[in-house]
Amino acid sequence: MEKFTTLKGIVAPLDRANVDTDAIIPKQFLKSIKRAGFGPNLFDEWRYLDHGEPGRDNSHRPLNPGFVLNQPCYKGASILLARDNFGCGSSREHAPWALEDYGFRALIAPSYADIFYNNCFKNSLLPIVLDGTIVDRLFNEVATTPGYSLAIDLTAQHITTPTGARFSFEVDAFRKHCLLNGLDDIGLTLQHTGDIKRYEAHRQTETPWLFSYPGGTIDDDVSSIVPPG
Amino acid sequence: MTGKTLYDKLWDAHVVRVEPDGTTLLYIDRHLVHEVTSPQAFEGLRLAGRKPWRRDANLAVADHNVPTTDRDKPVADPVSRLQIETLDDNCAEFGITEFKMNDVRQGIVHVIGPEQGATLPGMTVVCGDSHTSTHGAFAALAQGIGTSEVEHVLATQCLLQKKVKNMRISVDGALAPGITAKDIVLAIIGKIGTAGGTGYVIEYAGSAIRALSMEGRMTVCNMSIEAGARCGIIAVDDTTIAYLKDRPYAPQGKLWEQAVAAWRALKSDDDAAFDKEVQLDAAGIKPQVSWGTSPEMVTTIDGRVPDPMQEKDSVKRGGMERALVYMGLKPGTAITDIALDKIFIGSCTNARIEDLRAAAHVARGRKVAKNIKLAMVVPGSGLVKLQAEKEGLDKIFLDAGFEWRAPGCSMCLAMNADRLEPGERCASTSNRNFEGRQGQGGRTHLVSPAMAAAAAIAGHFVDVTKLQVASSK
Repeated sequence: MEKFTTLKGIVAPLDRANVDTDAIIPKQFLKSIKRAGFGPNLFDEWRYLDHGEPGRDNSHRPLNPGFVLNQPCYKGASILLARDNFGCGSSREHAPWALEDYGFRALIAPSYADIFYNNCFKNSLLPIVLDGTIVDRLFNEVATTPGYSLAIDLTAQHITTPTGARFSFEVDAFRKHCLLNGLDDIGLTLQHTGDIKRYEAHRQTETPWLFSYPGGTIDDDVSSIVPPG
Repeated sequence: MTGKTLYDKLWDAHVVRVEPDGTTLLYIDRHLVHEVTSPQAFEGLRLAGRKPWRRDANLAVADHNVPTTDRDKPVADPVSRLQIETLDDNCAEFGITEFKMNDVRQGIVHVIGPEQGATLPGMTVVCGDSHTSTHGAFAALAQGIGTSEVEHVLATQCLLQKKVKNMRISVDGALAPGITAKDIVLAIIGKIGTAGGTGYVIEYAGSAIRALSMEGRMTVCNMSIEAGARCGIIAVDDTTIAYLKDRPYAPQGKLWEQAVAAWRALKSDDDAAFDKEVQLDAAGIKPQVSWGTSPEMVTTIDGRVPDPMQEKDSVKRGGMERALVYMGLKPGTAITDIALDKIFIGSCTNARIEDLRAAAHVARGRKVAKNIKLAMVVPGSGLVKLQAEKEGLDKIFLDAGFEWRAPGCSMCLAMNADRLEPGERCASTSNRNFEGRQGQGGRTHLVSPAMAAAAAIAGHFVDVTKLQVASSK
């Protein structure tokens, strides 16, 4: 995973609550078996005037001029300012993949949906939670300041506005450590293989039925297979 | 010392180790895998030269992309076909049990887990799908995860997570005839909002919840995520145990006895403390219909489309205004005046046998209205389909003018060919009414299976409780 330490970037405002992951990346793009390449279809149904399909060249599609990311002043934005419950709905990690692939490295909102929030940290995308009144103020400043940008310092856990106002944010110590160092979760967990094995042995004694699935072998009986019509 | 909640007990039983900041390595008993959120995880394993930690903890099935017609032919959409074949190949390569597309046990992952007894009380259950909360109906700590976590669980049998807070939603009293689990959970979401459960595990309790079948409990837990909660749970009782007995993956003989004894303890202690409590009166719940583009935008069948001008909060008002434009609705319109184009009875929320029975009960001897272009019934699994056919439900639906399809997620999220065209309006038993969810420009109204069937017959929304009274005279 890529490290995240500091970031200075243009802020794009998405002024609506409950932005769901279906809106962030519509379902037809989930058919991809790859992890990259979702950026051109980020917010596809809001961003383009026609219907998008996977594998299509997006560069000639008609853009929706009313959508915020199509406005020239937000070109190259790396920070997305959003409202409450951002990323609600499906658990698709394609949502943070699409945001990251588009060029966003950080999000700012009063709240996020739990699964989405968690998925962001796995992709060096920093979801910052700020109080609703501060978020309101940032929306106002973005609207009135061309080229509005913010500086984010993860180590110090604060953001700084162009006029020097500073707001601190909370982040779990473990998640911060992983982001700052670009650590791979699986590699970290596998350092505790002994703990997992000990737990498993104990659990096998306590709840043996969870370790003897009658149908759970790969040589499953396939005689019951009939086409469902 | 205060007692433990059911969530506390499930959590404590699965802790492998804890980091200083509380981040916990949590052991996972059951991992359900489907074709959409797993290919990148298997690819990650391959690139790192890793193997699944415990093959028999995994169970895979393709459900999101599968067609619901012509199942004897290859999947027509090459992109969908590749994704399904990739799951087949990955399961073969890594030695994971998979119910393939034409296996009678194939179906929606959240229907087949419980149906097979692969979901058991006391388990931690994960799947790369937010509706994994469904399995919480069995007093399992069940949650949706992203693809990075799918890979993490495959490789380590664990999840890295911090404990969240406890919420209890108590629904007491008796439901009026014709009111179902779907109406309960939509009423809950209408009350607490789509972010009301964020940061909590919701335990559903009260006499109305205890009176539900396992199918009904699964419907309630399924939509916990629509209230913002990753997990919804319900304590074990006789209903839970009766449902699981003799299921293929459930323990047998002595192990069954031993398991049942342990499962009986899977309930919150009487003196357990909850961070938040919500109460609902079951008797007051009416048939629910969503009017907007978020599940919290819901009202009752005798209600009207709300007026955004009455909303003081500007962000909320903006959301309502956008929703009404998208939905093509005017404030003040009676819900019963909303005419429909399509009907979808299916999804991990409402495609179990009891749901199909409830819909068939309404459809029996009636005909789908002329203005309905398509009314489809998509059973949750091949076994649900077989059972329904044994009971003659397929004939009832076909005689009424519904289509009877093969199992899968279908038009809940429209990843296969089943979808709404722009502007089409659908009464759907699914779980999300987001913009574009059932097809770009499609307009979704969430309802119960009985309400969907009644809407199919009438061509617009009607109060199913009154319809049933009329038919029994």
